[in-house]
Amino acid sequence: MTKRKVLLAVNGRGHEVWVTPSDSLLDILHDELGLAEVRYGCGEGVCGTCTVLLDGEPVNGCLMLAVQAEGHQVTTMLGLMGADGSMHPLQACFLRRGASQCGFCTPGMVLTAFDLVRRGRRPTREEIRYALIGSLCRCTGYTKIIDAIEEYAALAGSQGAPDGVTR
Amino acid sequence: MTVVQQPQPVRGEQQGAGYRVVGTSPAHHDFVDKVKGSLHYAADWRLPGMLHGRVVRGQRPSARILSIDVTQASALPGVVAVITAADVPNNRIVELASGGLAELEVAMPVLATERVRYLGEPVALIAAVTQQIADEAAELVVVEYDDLPGVFDVHAALADGAPLVHEAGNTLVTWEIHSGDTTTALAASDVVVEGEYTSQHVEHAYLEPEAGVGWLENGVVTLRVSTQVIEHAATIAKILGLPASKVRVIAAYMGGGFGGKEDMTVEPYLALLAWHTRRPVRMIWDRQESLLASTKRHPFIMRYRTGARSDGTITAQQVEILGDAGAYPYLSPRVLFAGAALACGPYRVANVSVVARAIFTNNMPTSAFRGFGAMQVVFGYESQMDLIAELLGLSRTQVRECNFLAKGDLLPTGERLATRVEVRQSMHRALAMLGEPSTPSGRGKRVGRGIGCNRHPYGRTIWFRDRASAWLSLQADGTLLIRSGITDLGAGQAASLCQIAAEVLGVALDDISIYIGDSALNPPAGGTFATRQLFMSGNAVLNAARELRERIAPVAAELLGVPAGQLVFDDGRVWPGRTPGSGGATDSVSLTLAELAASCERRGVHTSHLSIWRAESGSFNPRTGQGDSFPDYTYGTHAADVEVDVETGQVTVLRYAACHDVGRAINPMRVEGQIQGGAMQGLGYALTEDLGIKDGYVQSTLFSSYLIPNSYDFPDVQTDIIESGEGKGPLGARGIGEPPIGNVAATIASAIQDAIGVRPTQLPMTPERVLAMLDEQSRAEAEDQA
Repeated sequence: MTKRKVLLAVNGRGHEVWVTPSDSLLDILHDELGLAEVRYGCGEGVCGTCTVLLDGEPVNGCLMLAVQAEGHQVTTMLGLMGADGSMHPLQACFLRRGASQCGFCTPGMVLTAFDLVRRGRRPTREEIRYALIGSLCRCTGYTKIIDAIEEYAALAGSQGAPDGVTR
Repeated sequence: MTVVQQPQPVRGEQQGAGYRVVGTSPAHHDFVDKVKGSLHYAADWRLPGMLHGRVVRGQRPSARILSIDVTQASALPGVVAVITAADVPNNRIVELASGGLAELEVAMPVLATERVRYLGEPVALIAAVTQQIADEAAELVVVEYDDLPGVFDVHAALADGAPLVHEAGNTLVTWEIHSGDTTTALAASDVVVEGEYTSQHVEHAYLEPEAGVGWLENGVVTLRVSTQVIEHAATIAKILGLPASKVRVIAAYMGGGFGGKEDMTVEPYLALLAWHTRRPVRMIWDRQESLLASTKRHPFIMRYRTGARSDGTITAQQVEILGDAGAYPYLSPRVLFAGAALACGPYRVANVSVVARAIFTNNMPTSAFRGFGAMQVVFGYESQMDLIAELLGLSRTQVRECNFLAKGDLLPTGERLATRVEVRQSMHRALAMLGEPSTPSGRGKRVGRGIGCNRHPYGRTIWFRDRASAWLSLQADGTLLIRSGITDLGAGQAASLCQIAAEVLGVALDDISIYIGDSALNPPAGGTFATRQLFMSGNAVLNAARELRERIAPVAAELLGVPAGQLVFDDGRVWPGRTPGSGGATDSVSLTLAELAASCERRGVHTSHLSIWRAESGSFNPRTGQGDSFPDYTYGTHAADVEVDVETGQVTVLRYAACHDVGRAINPMRVEGQIQGGAMQGLGYALTEDLGIKDGYVQSTLFSSYLIPNSYDFPDVQTDIIESGEGKGPLGARGIGEPPIGNVAATIASAIQDAIGVRPTQLPMTPERVLAMLDEQSRAEAEDQA
């Protein structure tokens, strides 16, 4: 298939990439740009392991073509972290609360939760549960993930607005 | 004859509640990489010139293969290799999962030749320069079939004149365990309760699909894959016709396994493609392929007849189990053994008769899945307990109380229980967590409370004479290296070993590096399955650490001028003793581990150590059903409140609580995580998950139709941990990986029965089935009135 060059803005940096029309955003982020934390889990937009933020909104990287991402700001979990590789406070909550077991769902969970808390009002436990419906976890039983997000929401609430997305 | 080998504690090690690292929940090691997203799973690996692999799968559940035409596929630009059975040096795998004790010897081809026996059986392999081309080429392989009659459930497979899945017969294995005189005891019972319980095909649904990369390095076929078992290297070597030393398997940290990565998945195909193309190859099964063709949990049909005295004492139990093994043996012989051995659960039954069979069908093969046969039977034995309670007008706790096993009791296999049984305590603690009874949310809603107790083995069956090894090295700078062949499913298998070593040697966790899962570079640990790794490798590391300390302690003792027995290893240092009563090491003069390592080096005392830990060994007689079965068990109870909507049949779980005796919690947060995760996976099994196979065709091949629990489906799982200190694992620990999935279906069924007065007997307990039960109940009531 013919490849064409697209300019993708990922985690605040521009990348010129050659893609085929059928390459998913997930394929390009994982295989071409080396962002291994964007993961293939189902290819149907059900499990959420390929979640990225597109202009700040969570989307499934597997359901989006790479060419469609041109002109948008893509953020992966790496984009939430410090330039020195330091953890975002939300990640620290995940670590402290034991919210990662196999860790495969973690980046999708973190980005989804980040978006939820960023939208303002401190979410209830029920609202957290609802927001995570598109992010499946098979290891933790969700309780510790929800604990971690609750803790982060409280933290973010008490410290004013949480850290912004790298744009 | 049973030989028990228990590690001896070394003086000076913290004892009892005084552990410094064990019993805490540090967030360390792989978990840091996981929350940073920087852990490299099996698919996150790339080599120059890497090809992409694809399995071409058969499209009939039972057919003769007339021809396989790869001409078009091979001609597609970008295709590098198309491989069929003729290209496989040794195309027969014989597993003998019970070690040859009882099963038929049936070979499984790596790639199908004359016939396919289940939908999705591999028939050819493709390697191409891109995944898209490999996928396209797979569509171009033309297989001509001649359909053969198949058998799609165990009854059909056992019928007279049934088509044979394999020439050797449709019964793969029959296990019998008998003790006492069941027939007489049943006849003499005050009440006899009968029930038939069925379970379904279930998918592991780890979030990380089967994946890996294979390449050749110095003539060695090297595979870096998502696997629970690096020891498959030996089987892969056989398939390739190579010496065992020419295959190396590296296990990446897994994105979940649950038993589904215990058998080989991508390994033989990657190995063949890398071997034939001499190039690196990556293979990732897509989710739909994984749902279609990976191994599944065995559907069981369980018939129970239970006799009891009017006071609730169980006098006899007769159990028949039929497990659908699918088209090939895999681990079915062992799964059915576990079902047979655990068929009576945590109860003392003097007269037992169990017959458990694994039956070949033309469904996809079933094999290991968290719980491994011992979990399906919980639905059977706990249902019987509730029915007996109801029949005798006793409470459900009462009828269990008077039958719980205790240390020293005889099991149906003739073994004596060697450790404490805290199942009674777990039952009361689980119920206590639920609190006051729930109330219905409105009209047409009924609430109920249920419990489910279980006994689950940890460790391989004793006749396998299990062992695990670990190698520790105190480095010149005082840091510690651990090498272990252990594989890590995500439950903290590697991290727990670090905690144990830190406890004994006083090395800070941050100063420990652990290298795992490499068949070439690590001492073998056996695979991570059967809830065996904390038990086995935990003991191996504990012993290795103690033995290493024993070796280097005399050097420290000499330098510090105190007897070796008084030394305390803590805080990266060796201290000459402990101030009585202070609980801490306060002597001012001490030695850093780096100084100790240097002194050892000068004296020619080795600071690295390999330790091999052997579990008890014994034998089992399949003819008498007597002998040594499992090393030990983990006990627990779950309790739940549910609400049933009698209009829709919908079951809503309102509260859920789980309590298990883990002997000793090495990392309590990880223990909680295992219990919560196991319970959630069990809730999917109980209520929503079903592959729905019809005539060999899988109905749920999408993740959007195979319903694993999401964050909104069920409430939080409350947990409580008992630490009896009597497990056979390190420092008295018991395994907790598999046990918590076992109780769930029984617990929910118990709660539904409490709510609506009918016992569900089929899994999953879908709204349709619950409605049918309610309809049946109304019909029966109407007939009674008429």
